[in-house]
Amino acid sequence: MEILKKIAQCLEVGDDAGVPPLVRQALAEGIVAKTILDDGLIAGMNTVGEKFRVHEIFLPDVLLAAKAMYAGMDVLKPLLLSAGVSSRGRVVIGSVQGDLHDIGKNLVGIMLKGAGFEVIDLGNDVAAEKFVAAAKSHDACVIGMSALLTTTMPVMKEVVDLLNKENLSGKIKTIIGGAPVSQNYAGEIGADAYGYDCAQAVAGVKKLAAAVP
Amino acid sequence: MALRPQLKFLSAELLERIVAEARDILCRLGTKVQNPRVLEMLAEHGAKVDFEKSQVLYTNSLLDRCLKSVPAQFKLYDVLGNETHDFSGSKIHFTPGSAALHVLDHQTQKIRKPDTTDYVRYVQLLSGLSHIASQSTAFIPADVAERVSDSYRLFLSLLYGEKPVVTGTFTIESFQVMRDMQLAVRGGEKELRAKPLTVFSCCPTSPLKWSEITSQNVVDCGASGIPVEFISMPLSGFMAPVTLVGTLVQHTAETLSGIVISQINSPGAPVLYGGSPAVFDMRYETTPMGAVETQMIDCACNEIGKYLGLPTQAYISLSDAKMLDAQAGSETAMGATLAALSGINNISGPGMLDFESCQSLEKLVLDNEICGMTLRLVQGIEPREDFPARPIFEELLREQHLLISPHTRRHLKSEHYFPGPVIDRANLSRWREEGSLTLGQRAHQEVERLVGAWSPSRLAAERKKELCALMEKEARRWGMDMLPARPVEA
Repeated sequence: MEILKKIAQCLEVGDDAGVPPLVRQALAEGIVAKTILDDGLIAGMNTVGEKFRVHEIFLPDVLLAAKAMYAGMDVLKPLLLSAGVSSRGRVVIGSVQGDLHDIGKNLVGIMLKGAGFEVIDLGNDVAAEKFVAAAKSHDACVIGMSALLTTTMPVMKEVVDLLNKENLSGKIKTIIGGAPVSQNYAGEIGADAYGYDCAQAVAGVKKLAAAVP
Repeated sequence: MALRPQLKFLSAELLERIVAEARDILCRLGTKVQNPRVLEMLAEHGAKVDFEKSQVLYTNSLLDRCLKSVPAQFKLYDVLGNETHDFSGSKIHFTPGSAALHVLDHQTQKIRKPDTTDYVRYVQLLSGLSHIASQSTAFIPADVAERVSDSYRLFLSLLYGEKPVVTGTFTIESFQVMRDMQLAVRGGEKELRAKPLTVFSCCPTSPLKWSEITSQNVVDCGASGIPVEFISMPLSGFMAPVTLVGTLVQHTAETLSGIVISQINSPGAPVLYGGSPAVFDMRYETTPMGAVETQMIDCACNEIGKYLGLPTQAYISLSDAKMLDAQAGSETAMGATLAALSGINNISGPGMLDFESCQSLEKLVLDNEICGMTLRLVQGIEPREDFPARPIFEELLREQHLLISPHTRRHLKSEHYFPGPVIDRANLSRWREEGSLTLGQRAHQEVERLVGAWSPSRLAAERKKELCALMEKEARRWGMDMLPARPVEA
């Protein structure tokens, strides 16, 4: 469908003003909202993600594409809700307690939204209990935690332990990131995934969300 | 306009004294010129010539006259006739180190003799290295007769590449065919003179001597309007005074004598005030190009050339290391940085290892990034849309980041230089995930990618045919019935 290609292309060049009219046009042509989301907006974002991975485009281009994605989503959201189509999933994110650094976490949030997730951003200095409570109340499938200090990393383990204690570890997955964190550390504390940068974090969340029943 | 960062080593007083002393050397001690035809020309133009000893004493009025006629700037054009080089002011251009005997083989990590396939791959690679503005005839394929090894390099460069070529002859006889190849590319003598395609390196022999071949090359190039770069090579402590100033006096005298040889027969002939001076390492009996003093001399020579009103050249972004190792990177980067800050117009060296005798394709990839960084460096720091500063900070405080700010998008790619994958900027996890590649491995991947991405030169097919005919004829002249097979179609 030509119009869906156009939507994807518009998104790839970060034209947030151009996306909504095209989405409306697609709806007028009788294409259902879910198809526009999957084959237009998300397809465009996937191309953008790949181009970013191979350094063909840079972070600002990805963020602009995400902004164009939001503009398209604003049109589609009421229709998706009334059709009973849920988002790709909800993700609770935050910088862990004691950590006031949030640049990386914010970037991940922007890119997760761009990938079609609903993001509940708890900000920084977030305690373990708050992560778990928010995930429960928002029915989130993934908790994403960021730390920049070695001293705050143990909070990530607290969250994992708390989920285990409440028998939620299968239903709510965890992903961690930040400069002192590593794949090994994720393994040590029992986190489900690790992302070394924003793009990897989004790829990780996609996998985890797909694995949640 | 941004302030152009500029490096200087010589005070005005010292500079003038060095030039005055060099003039005194030329007028009182003179140079040898082992070429009867050039000796006659020099005598005709007022030099005192002892034909028996091939010795020439210059005069200040002859030096003044030649310095007056030599152009302050000139341009180069690629094989298609597009302008690529403006040798003027402090504008800088990089060119690979030239005429290596060997290449470093990435697969075996051994230094070996190169062949035609190596040379074609080199030209293909260089076509994709955007910060190295010209080709040089970087190494000498060993699978052709020695008498054609100079013209053969130029032939392959003009056949496969589009960038102009820094080259040179090894004999007087080769000049003709190397000129004819350029005429074939340009279409005629007038066209070649209007749009120079090559620069010929011509080297005096230290101390204070011009051989028959190189002095003839200078004259022949001048007569055809082919630019020359003088490559004086005093060796501090051996074939030149051990002091840097003494070496500079000798370099100045040798190069000034070259200017005279160039200008007496062809006033206005384009030249680069260049060189490859070096200190002499008294422990290893070698000529380290990566030595800090060598690089200081190069930069000071540039100051003298600029003082005399000429565009400049130097061999200064290369290394004495035998592998693509930390020494190779550090010596090359230091040289390139100093050269760029000095404003040396034609900076020779990228790709070169082992005292100008070994080229490495992988090092060319690394050096291309070094060149890119130094090209950014000399653009300096320039206010763009920075004042008043308050609006962008209001935006920052409001949005909490400036990643998609129109200001960022407008200036990102001109303010920040983004190197290719040979420069590692990944975080540790990503670097590991991508195979924990060493610099050499990343550079090799880039070599293969760029060689694979090469597309044939857009030079017209009939001109390529003419080039082939010229080369085949020249090869036959020196006993080669067939040229080596070439790995890809031109």
